[in-house]
Amino acid sequence: MSASTEPPTNLIASSAQDIEGLLSLGLYALIATGLILILLLLARFLGQRTHSEAKDAPYESAVDPTGDARLREPVPFYLVAIFFIVFDVEAVFVVSWAVAYDLLGWAGFWQISFFIFILFLGLVYLWKMGGLEWGSQSARDQKRRIG
Amino acid sequence: MQAILFYLTAVVAILSAFFVMKCRNPINSALNLVTTFLCLAVFYVMLESPFMAAVQIMVYAGAIMVLIIFVIMLLNLGLTVKTRYTHGLAAGGILSVMVLFVANYFTRAGEATGTGGSVTSELIASYGHTELIGRAMFVDFLLPFEIASILLLVAIVGAVVLSKRKV
Amino acid sequence: MTDPLLSLALILAKLIAVFGVILTLAAYLVLAERKLLARMQLRYGPNRVGPFGMMQPLADVIKLLTKEDFVPATADKWLFLIAPGLSAVTALLTFAVVPFGPPLEIFGKTLPLVVIDLNVGVLYFLGLSSLAVYGMALGGWASNSKYSLLGSIRGLSQLISYELSMGLAIVPVVMMARSFSLTEIVMAQEKIPYLLLNPLAFPIFLISVLAESKRIPFDLPEAENELVGGFHTEYSGMRFGLFFVGEYINLIILGSMVTVFFLGGWHGPWLPGVVWFALKVLAICAFFIWVRGSMPRLRYDQLMHFGWKVLLPLSLLNVLVTGAVLLGMS
Repeated sequence: MSASTEPPTNLIASSAQDIEGLLSLGLYALIATGLILILLLLARFLGQRTHSEAKDAPYESAVDPTGDARLREPVPFYLVAIFFIVFDVEAVFVVSWAVAYDLLGWAGFWQISFFIFILFLGLVYLWKMGGLEWGSQSARDQKRRIG
Repeated sequence: MQAILFYLTAVVAILSAFFVMKCRNPINSALNLVTTFLCLAVFYVMLESPFMAAVQIMVYAGAIMVLIIFVIMLLNLGLTVKTRYTHGLAAGGILSVMVLFVANYFTRAGEATGTGGSVTSELIASYGHTELIGRAMFVDFLLPFEIASILLLVAIVGAVVLSKRKV
Repeated sequence: MTDPLLSLALILAKLIAVFGVILTLAAYLVLAERKLLARMQLRYGPNRVGPFGMMQPLADVIKLLTKEDFVPATADKWLFLIAPGLSAVTALLTFAVVPFGPPLEIFGKTLPLVVIDLNVGVLYFLGLSSLAVYGMALGGWASNSKYSLLGSIRGLSQLISYELSMGLAIVPVVMMARSFSLTEIVMAQEKIPYLLLNPLAFPIFLISVLAESKRIPFDLPEAENELVGGFHTEYSGMRFGLFFVGEYINLIILGSMVTVFFLGGWHGPWLPGVVWFALKVLAICAFFIWVRGSMPRLRYDQLMHFGWKVLLPLSLLNVLVTGAVLLGMS
């Protein structure tokens, strides 16, 4: 074991094949970024530029813009983001089972089934509570009351 | 080669972490935080855990930052929020640097330097580290793993209940 | 590495070929889409520039480059300027793990026909696709226009919702191939493609991919007739072009992912591997264009319901069923 004060010296690319792979990934990323940067810069310098008051205003279908464009989103969008985090974490757990499923055997299968079942209950709960309902607020409340 | 890469990434990580606090526009702070997460992912790759690196990107940069960006887009915090906290920023910075030195002192002096845990590079090479993680999770840490599912369930319920109360 | 210079030259040649093919293909996919759509709607499509309109992509590029690069006065300038680049770069980077042919023997060296055969290739793909939302979200937000913001918020929720079922649909593939490496997944499908072995994962993945590509019937982020152009309403010239090209590069990449995960990659009789791969990818792209020609757009609540109430439970169930079957067989 090397001392922890040293930077990590574990070689991820031990064989020549891997080094070639990493090299080509690096070059690939470099070329991709370079190409796009060149296009962005070219776009900046080619072509004329003019300004006028009407042109600088944000486009609102030829009507004078009203109010600020920084709207307050409706709540369902927040909820979707939160549920996404929860189920993304679940997916990570499922993946970590999937790569070792044959080593873990049936015991592992029942464990992950329990895990998925619990989160499935969560999905059913938010489904029933109207956490997945869209449309206007009153329509969502109505659905919730009926459901 | 590895050392150069490490120090380069570390510099980028520290700089972007600094700008997370320094930027006046919250969305720029959020973007710098994404850069920090990407640097952390590079560190995980260098520590032979590409799985952790991918999870870092998927969960932190992909999911949690999306929520943060959502919140920033909505709340429209504006640019002036930061100015009040300048003194606190300086004090907190000095304090955290001191804590860093203390932690560094203890890690260098203590037992931790010599031990590396039971998982070594050879073990990773022979099993594959994703298999090792799977095994650790489903054999050694089974109960915490199942508790994690309950925790996630509570998160769902909490989000639904809060959103119902708010509107 | 007997001759580092030779390997470097080979790698460079491969990379240049990859970029040349992807960018040309993306440009001509635009033309193909316009032509096919036109035929489906009983029109001719572009046919003025060059024979059969074949020079149209070139004309488009020149036109886009020389157009005014407009930044709205209220926009967040820097974010507005780099956002299209972000989305194009993330799209391009994803292709790095796609194996587009069997290893090639050349000058006594084996040249793998993939930029890098990562042993966590699947996770690399998922990670980059979760980063792909940033270009769109920031572009829409930085424009400081209501249409753009609505488009990017819609797009953000849509992409993250369908990312779940897309990721979970690949899990059975990983279990069957016992590997995260895309090359090994293709190798494992030498005899039977996973389309036949796991017929449920394929439609889930295909639909999620369609939603990830933001195309009809899932094109709510840019729904022309309600949001003008969605998240790229305020963009002009090459920056709009980059969003546009990024979308088509994304289409090629998602098509290659479908090919790699379910259609057996480069495997096929008689023809060389690379040709088979290209044919399969083009077939998927043609399918996407066909869908665009014949489907209406979903309503937003239908879109979210479908993702969360149908695809997500189905893909979870599919993971469990696949696991049970595989364990039962072994």
